[in-house]
Amino acid sequence: MASLKDFRVRIASVKSTQRITSAMKMVAAAKLRRAQEEAIAARPYSERMERMLGSLAESAAASGNAPPLLAGSGKDNVQLLVVMTTDRGLCGGFNGSVTRWTRQRINALRAEGKEVKLLIVGRKGRGILRAEFGSLIIDTLEDTARPMPRFETAVEIAQRVRTMFEAGEIDVCTIVYNKFISALTQEVTPQQLIPFALPEADDSDAEDDSTDVAGNAAYEYEPDEKEILTDLLPRNLSVQVFRAMLESFASEQGARMTAMDSATRNAGDMINRLTIQYNRTRQAAITTELIEIISGAEAL
Amino acid sequence: MADNPVQFELVSPEKLLLSEEVEMVVVPGVEGDFGVLPGHAPMISTVRPGVIHVFEGGSVKSRIFVAGGFAEVTAARCTVLAEEAVPLDEIDRAGVEKDLQNANDDIRDAGGDAAQLALAEARAATARAKLAALDNLVYQ
Repeated sequence: MASLKDFRVRIASVKSTQRITSAMKMVAAAKLRRAQEEAIAARPYSERMERMLGSLAESAAASGNAPPLLAGSGKDNVQLLVVMTTDRGLCGGFNGSVTRWTRQRINALRAEGKEVKLLIVGRKGRGILRAEFGSLIIDTLEDTARPMPRFETAVEIAQRVRTMFEAGEIDVCTIVYNKFISALTQEVTPQQLIPFALPEADDSDAEDDSTDVAGNAAYEYEPDEKEILTDLLPRNLSVQVFRAMLESFASEQGARMTAMDSATRNAGDMINRLTIQYNRTRQAAITTELIEIISGAEAL
Repeated sequence: MADNPVQFELVSPEKLLLSEEVEMVVVPGVEGDFGVLPGHAPMISTVRPGVIHVFEGGSVKSRIFVAGGFAEVTAARCTVLAEEAVPLDEIDRAGVEKDLQNANDDIRDAGGDAAQLALAEARAATARAKLAALDNLVYQ
């Protein structure tokens, strides 16, 4: 049976762990608030860009001179997956769910006979995927979100993807990230970047814009569709990557906050249990000692 | 028509910078400045680095420098997606001159690195456009 000292040491160690987890929870909560604000603040740009692209894409498709970033390379043999993970651990199932989706996707694509390449953002994702798919990983980007995701980083990532696409090294590019639903829930979301796929129109939005939809066909373009598209598409790529980065960052903080909250609670439970055991052991020791003294006195 | 003002929105990748109802805006399009009044024909244009002028009551209310982007115009709305936007009176001339010099230095140092060079050139172009905007104020 464990001695009293063992219990004391154990309790002290759980207590210091609890202090760390509760501090991490506080930090994550503070970062979450900022991350959430930024993610929301960035939405108008990407929404408006999508609206513009939507009308441009329609008219470009109609005239049949869509640039490759929009129309694709006409093949889908080589698939690039950009996987957004974290640099730091201790954030619950965050990285696990992204990598699980990625693994299933890779297996499905391979079963179809496609070639898969991986571009990983975040140290943790690399650690998890390296064992199984080490040969597919082109590169890993680290420290992309310190202290906050920056648009410049998104531009760099987008630039790399575009260079690969233009060099014919990849045909399709999909980004996988944890979409921020609430502090408690994240949802693994794949989004196809190349060729550009218009997201399904939102119902609430459609009503607001009903007056514009009629005017869509009548847009004038300056200089002309093709030139605007060649400017707008790379731009859009960066914006989509940036959005994924922001969503993923907010989700990470949410996941970490929840994970650290339950860790703090578990530590509290454990301290209670250990304290009860400690007291019982202490009482047992006292009782034994008393019995010894009394029976010693009686023997005289 | 003058009763319905133009809904003018200026958006950068980080956030919605400005959303207000104005009388007229003049946007530096890539093929020349264009003014947007209510009832403008719908159009989409690329924006060159330059100054957006917001008009109220027949005179310029505010001047905002943008480092390029895109503009979408409909009858009731003008949306500008800017890459960088600063109010003109907040630009610090000395800072811009320094930026320009740094960018020029980088262009010289870039050597064979094409990506590096393109980046530095874009920075230099932005700085030059800022200076030009500060030097000659069109529209009063």
